[in-house]
Amino acid sequence: MALMPDLLAQFLQMALVLALAPLLTGFVRKLKGRLLRRRGPPVLQPYRDLLRLLRKEVVLAENASWLFRAAPYLIFATTWVAAALVPTFATGLLYSWSADLIAIIALLGSARFLLALAGMDVGTSFGGIGSSREVMIASLAEPAMLLIAFTVALVAGSTQLSTVAAFMGSPEVGLRVSLGMAAIALVMVAIAENARIPVDNPATHLELTMVHEAMVLEYSGRHLAMIEFASHLKLLLYVSLIACLFVPWGLAPHGAGPAAFAAGAAAWIGKLAAGGTLLAVFETAIAKMRVFRVPEFLGAALMLGLLATLLMFVSRSL
Amino acid sequence: MDRLAFDIAHLLAGGLVLVSFMMLYQDRLYALLNIFAVHALVLAASVGWQAHIQDAPHLYVTAGIALVFKGLVIPMALHRMIQRLGIHREIETVIGVGPTMLAGMGLVALSVAVMLQVTEGADPIAREDLAFALAVVLLGLLMMVTRRNAVSQVVGFMSLENGLVLAATGARGMPLVVEISVAFSILIAFIVIGIFLFRIRERFDTVDVQALDRHRGERQ
Repeated sequence: MALMPDLLAQFLQMALVLALAPLLTGFVRKLKGRLLRRRGPPVLQPYRDLLRLLRKEVVLAENASWLFRAAPYLIFATTWVAAALVPTFATGLLYSWSADLIAIIALLGSARFLLALAGMDVGTSFGGIGSSREVMIASLAEPAMLLIAFTVALVAGSTQLSTVAAFMGSPEVGLRVSLGMAAIALVMVAIAENARIPVDNPATHLELTMVHEAMVLEYSGRHLAMIEFASHLKLLLYVSLIACLFVPWGLAPHGAGPAAFAAGAAAWIGKLAAGGTLLAVFETAIAKMRVFRVPEFLGAALMLGLLATLLMFVSRSL
Repeated sequence: MDRLAFDIAHLLAGGLVLVSFMMLYQDRLYALLNIFAVHALVLAASVGWQAHIQDAPHLYVTAGIALVFKGLVIPMALHRMIQRLGIHREIETVIGVGPTMLAGMGLVALSVAVMLQVTEGADPIAREDLAFALAVVLLGLLMMVTRRNAVSQVVGFMSLENGLVLAATGARGMPLVVEISVAFSILIAFIVIGIFLFRIRERFDTVDVQALDRHRGERQ
């Protein structure tokens, strides 16, 4: 029965992303605090926040529809599925036949769609502002993301993440300027998608500048917990995605033993820590940009993606 | 080895196109000059690499010319010129950054499509260098068209010439005499343009070339 170990490995990954996502956010927050010479919240604080929110009563607006109540669970579910598809410690897991880069983009896109709808549902002005800004950012981030997917697919000959990671880890990949551009573009998209500092400040509650926080302003209790958990998962997903595409070393191959899985998990946690450290340093070093500068920032990502695809065509047709 | 040589040539030539885009993206004069210096550095690295893989020592001279003149002398001269003119402000563009970028993308796609069709059967490195060189030339022209400030037009002209050097090194057997004469004609052009800039400035109190339209009778 070869199915059982595969199933176990897949469930292990699903549990692991769920368990580590708040830790990554807590680590970034702690590190940012330390860099600003504050003590910073404890690393485990996000877990406590989530537990507290889960125990609290939900306060609903009078005119909230079923969509408002259903959206948090749907957002959490789609993000979780997307995070479970990205190879974290091992490639070739049970779901990896569906772990397509485009499928992951689509899952995250539907989560965003639901969140934007939920932001407008109650009819407060802040929710509407947040939704419209989020959709403005998304309208540039998603094409850029798709172009990155095309570049990677042109290099590796597949959009399936396990295949891509295996190709990137092999010496065949060579030295390619397109991949460098795609990596930079992916980092820019990841910053915008996760509402990190140059685009949006995750810690702010100043109404004029917030994007993500404005949309979830009306949520409370377990609904808010679901949304927060989904955003922790999204950060983990993007760091894992960048790690699996551009630094795929240490991934356990298909059908490896527990020892290889353990080594893969250790490498993955190391990569997460490195990604979180870089993010914290980057966020501390620069200031948030005006909302109307965001299209330029993402336009640069889009341009890099487009240029990477074009250059890829040149070297392929030779 | 052959594969690696091609990959590095691709990397450097692609990097040159990327730096051209960065120049289009800039909206400050000093930043533009710094990126122009980077452009010359990437060009020098690219030419140096070509000299290495083609076993053509005279190309090292070309790389040296690019490094010293375009990477150091011209940016520093332009720096001083901007200081003397007192115009270290933002660059006025004719159209916005977004449409310029899209036009640039179109030009890159065009040059790739044209060059790969025309040069079929040639050496892969030369084909690719020619495609990217045409892209750099067209992006330089685009920059001259979309900027109204005369200094940034000069930078566009110089980056255009960088594209020509890239094309010349990609094609084997370019004599050194031609290279040197091109480099010196560019230098002469630079001096003439520099004098011109000061004359424009004296007469119209600005280096915005739109001021010239009125005097040619194109605009009332």
